[in-house]
Amino acid sequence: MRILIVDDERDIRTLFEQRFRKEIKNNELDLAFAHSGEEALNYLIDKEQHAVLILSDINMPGMSGLDLLAKIKQKFSLPPPIVMMITAYGDQENYTTAMKLGADDFLTKPLDFKQLKEKIKNINHD
Amino acid sequence: MSKYTEQEQKVIYVHNLFWEALANRDVDLRFSFCSEDVTFIGTGLYEKAANKAEYRNINQKGVSQFPEHFQIEFLWTNISMFNKLACVTSEVIWKQSINGKVSAELVRSTTLLNYEADSWKIVHVHGSVPDYRLAEGEYMTTEKIMLRNRELEQQVYERTKELEKSLAELKSTQSQLIQSEKMASLGELTAGIAHEIQNPLNFVNNFSEVNVELIAELKEELESGSMEDIKAIADDIAINEEKILQHGKRADAIVKGMLQHSRTSNGEKELTDINALCDEYLRLSYHGLRAKDKSFNADFKTEFHESLPEINIIPQDIGRVLLNLITNAFYAVNEKAKEEIPSFEPEVLIQTQKLDTGIRITIHDNGNGIPDSIKEKIFQPFFTTKPPGQGTGLGLSLAYDIVKAHEGDLIMKSHAGEGTKFIILLPTSKTR
Repeated sequence: MRILIVDDERDIRTLFEQRFRKEIKNNELDLAFAHSGEEALNYLIDKEQHAVLILSDINMPGMSGLDLLAKIKQKFSLPPPIVMMITAYGDQENYTTAMKLGADDFLTKPLDFKQLKEKIKNINHD
Repeated sequence: MSKYTEQEQKVIYVHNLFWEALANRDVDLRFSFCSEDVTFIGTGLYEKAANKAEYRNINQKGVSQFPEHFQIEFLWTNISMFNKLACVTSEVIWKQSINGKVSAELVRSTTLLNYEADSWKIVHVHGSVPDYRLAEGEYMTTEKIMLRNRELEQQVYERTKELEKSLAELKSTQSQLIQSEKMASLGELTAGIAHEIQNPLNFVNNFSEVNVELIAELKEELESGSMEDIKAIADDIAINEEKILQHGKRADAIVKGMLQHSRTSNGEKELTDINALCDEYLRLSYHGLRAKDKSFNADFKTEFHESLPEINIIPQDIGRVLLNLITNAFYAVNEKAKEEIPSFEPEVLIQTQKLDTGIRITIHDNGNGIPDSIKEKIFQPFFTTKPPGQGTGLGLSLAYDIVKAHEGDLIMKSHAGEGTKFIILLPTSKTR
């Protein structure tokens, strides 16, 4: 399963690769990274690329995670990718907006990777 | 035909010259009209004279204190003739101008003249200043004057108290306003702070957890003895430790910065890295606005001079200036972005430059610019273009004061439609 992680924090790659090292080693997960909304959109537009799950930060320079979410839900309807929003500022307004735009889940930083792994497992089972 | 007889005209002539000589400070001329035995009574406590010498002495002192511009104007004159005595009563306005301010005083006088040796000589003068204090029919007694004085003193005392109270209230309101401006800007930062702390915390927590797992794996590998794997795990642990430290420091810097921002300046200058300060407030402002306003969309860039010297400043004060200017810049570009002009890309750029005598920080925005009509007002206290309740109007005025207190300068350059530049100039060599 390919996960596209979108975050302007550069160390996010090292962190995800470390936390999912066993899953990567066992070829259960394949991680791709984008550091901005624009980069993520370009990745998805490229027909060679795909992602089952998109984990996107909200607060990024340029296109925000919420803008990206809206665009993904509009453009890529078949099949709809699962989009989980991740934010360091998990206020009610962000949550409501994300849900209205069709987010499948809403996670806050610091990330609970045990919980995230459970959610990913559930996607695989669905 | 004059309404006065020939003698009356002579008396009036002497009388008028006598008074005009006072306005012209011509004491010699004035006393040439007086008899040696002239007597005088005035309004003032010590304004009394029993002969010409005493009277002249009083006048001499008086004219030396007259303001530069001094004029008299007769309102009315009345004359009574008694054989060889003439009595002239008159009312005169004394006009004086001090530093361009004109004031007038009404003076009444009675002048008694005696015809001696073929001319009219002044033998008695009585001058008084009407005070309007009494109702018709009443008269002033010493007791009444004292009572009145006491009342007036009481009134002055009460007014002074009221003024002192107002002044204290104004000072308190002023400090409250400054504090609320500080807190308002801190409030704007809340979301930015959350963002800037939770992100490093995300790394600190998760890299620590990974390391716990890696250490367990390391122990397992030690049992099996695969040196290559052991080395690889140890390398990962080292990298993760470095990340933990790096992000821990990042969160620490944010908290320290915030404490500095909210705390009252102790006025202590310290050597400060201006690039780091600019970067910190740029991020806080950006993430704060972004979290608060979902429609907020702008990009930012930095062009920092690589070998900028550290300078002596009060970091929380200059931080406040930066925060204000950066937030304004983002506000400006966001407002323009709402106009949905094709190809417009909202952008804020912060530059630092090294000068011979100091450093220059420039905050550019490509917003709509500041209209000429308000350019002169933007540094004035309480001036704001934001809707009521959204800005205290103190931000730029405080920023200006802070930069000036650092012996620097805050300059605004703006062209309508092209954007605005705020330039902060700070000297390097001041170490006070």
